[in-house]
Amino acid sequence: MTVKTTFGEYPVGNKDAVENFHGNQLVYIGWDEHLSICSANAYPLPPDMPFGALTEAVIPSVAGPHPDFEKINWETVEWTLDGASLTPDMGASLKDNGIGHKSLLRFKTPGLNGYKGSGN
Amino acid sequence: MAKKLNMRKRYELFTRGLGWEPTYQTKEAVFPRESYEGLKITDWDKWEDPFRLTVDSYWKYQAEKDKKLYAVMDSFAQNNAHLNVVSPEYVNALKVFIQGVTPLEYAAHRGYANLARQFSGEGAQIAAQMQSIDELRHAQTQIHTISNYNKHFTGLHDPFHMHDRVWYLSVPKSYFEDARTAGPFEFITSISFAFEYVLTNLLFVPFMSGAAHNGDMATVTFGFSAQSDESRHMTLGLEIIKFMIEQHEDNLPIVQGWLDKHFWRAYRVLGLVAAMQDYMLTESPMSWKEAWEIYFVENCGALFNDLARYGLKMPKHHEIATAESEHLSHQLYGAFYNFSHAAALQTTVPSEKKMDWLSEKYPNTFDQYYRPRYEMWGEMAKEEGKRFFNMGLPQLCQVCQVPMVFTEVGKGKPMDISYRDSEFNDEKFHTCSDGCKDIFDAEPEKYAHAWLPVHQIFQGNCGGAEIPDVLKYYHFNPEDGGDCKGSADEKHWNESKGIDDADDDASVDQAKIA
Repeated sequence: MTVKTTFGEYPVGNKDAVENFHGNQLVYIGWDEHLSICSANAYPLPPDMPFGALTEAVIPSVAGPHPDFEKINWETVEWTLDGASLTPDMGASLKDNGIGHKSLLRFKTPGLNGYKGSGN
Repeated sequence: MAKKLNMRKRYELFTRGLGWEPTYQTKEAVFPRESYEGLKITDWDKWEDPFRLTVDSYWKYQAEKDKKLYAVMDSFAQNNAHLNVVSPEYVNALKVFIQGVTPLEYAAHRGYANLARQFSGEGAQIAAQMQSIDELRHAQTQIHTISNYNKHFTGLHDPFHMHDRVWYLSVPKSYFEDARTAGPFEFITSISFAFEYVLTNLLFVPFMSGAAHNGDMATVTFGFSAQSDESRHMTLGLEIIKFMIEQHEDNLPIVQGWLDKHFWRAYRVLGLVAAMQDYMLTESPMSWKEAWEIYFVENCGALFNDLARYGLKMPKHHEIATAESEHLSHQLYGAFYNFSHAAALQTTVPSEKKMDWLSEKYPNTFDQYYRPRYEMWGEMAKEEGKRFFNMGLPQLCQVCQVPMVFTEVGKGKPMDISYRDSEFNDEKFHTCSDGCKDIFDAEPEKYAHAWLPVHQIFQGNCGGAEIPDVLKYYHFNPEDGGDCKGSADEKHWNESKGIDDADDDASVDQAKIA
């Protein structure tokens, strides 16, 4: 179905095309079973940034204060990229790890299920 | 002396009698938007206005109501009645109202003015004109009433500017703009029926009875002043649905599609009301879940039983909305708590009394899922400077624009975020629910244009890259957001009431020493 119009075609547009982000791409990152951080967060990130910078700088900027955060063993973290399981190469770029514009990256920390195991 | 006309005759002269058949242009050229949505209207004379309100009596009634309202407001100002509310935290409910709802009244005013122009039936034109004036009056009376609080509390100073820019206010704004950029029949289905008939009690009852329970007589007064208008608006909503369906059998699937869409859009907006009702009201007269049970499950269930003879069904995904009623307010207040440093309202960890009330009202969910969250936040906040704020920006739903906080309650997994996505023109678009995904997939071209506040910040269109730049662009003052505890509102309140807050400080100091 398309949008009905009084005349002509409905104008095609994409407010959030990657060109509008000054060389960055949007990446969404969510920590499963930790919903005290209310939703996944959105970040504008350079596609050439190494994946390792996510765990060293990007994710801590939001998740750092959570009591579970310092207990994370990044070796055992389970990653999901756009619905498929991912084994990241920490030294390779986001792009080379398959992360594109508006990708959703989720991670699960086995054994750390939020405050008192409540999913928070 | 001329004999006085009876009501029916007067109504006919003042409405149908005002119309004419165009001669030097075709009717289609004069009313170009009446047919493009695909709706078939064969006879506008079948339109019935059950109120039969004519313009002369309209002005008379409204003038009387305004006179009473402004008398109450004068006395409010003279008696410092803002100090009669139960707590400074309560005023956060008024911030949600003036920032989120009052600009919708104004948007509705413009929307109905447009309908009055676009409909060719005189009965519908007149009803839409009066509603347009009502909505403008509501916006004005709300601004005038709440301006009394603006002298004493933060966050109330520039609601219309905020409404056009702020991340959480794009939720109500984008819903109304979605309706206003559609054709006249979709707009009236959306606002008059889905919003005003099906869901309006869930919007106004929490605010108005909430105001009454929290000592806010000014808000109660404008609520009463608007109430008789609202019942007229609701009647218009029901009338238009029956009229459209009775005009032609082809109209039913179109109307059902609009109802499904706009029920879900309006319901998502009400998430803000749920958070207000359960958390910002110091004394909550009823929980969101109780209100949903009465006003949606029972009342709307009965309404749709009546409408079944027209072939109309309950809106799609209504059962998800009902399942979410045990989670909605907690999830939305959680989002406000995360980002109150970037809001023109304040949040805090609920008091023990409030948490016990929430446990009682939400026996299936609060203690298991949400109380631990507040306990954790409470522990974090004990340490100076460690109150949790989310220092990033949230992922937003492409359709409702709410942060993606909703969970898979429909699948029995209330702690799993509900992620949906669609592809359109080789790009991903994320939505928060099956309801929003269905809306996106039906008209992806429309939602690809969405002005998502988070993405706009990253594109550099909101005043700068740092939070203070963005807050300045929103016209927020530094003291508008943050935690209720230690806020400028609390400080000013304590001074006005002569409360010595040194006691609190002393106990904190004792704790530090211990």
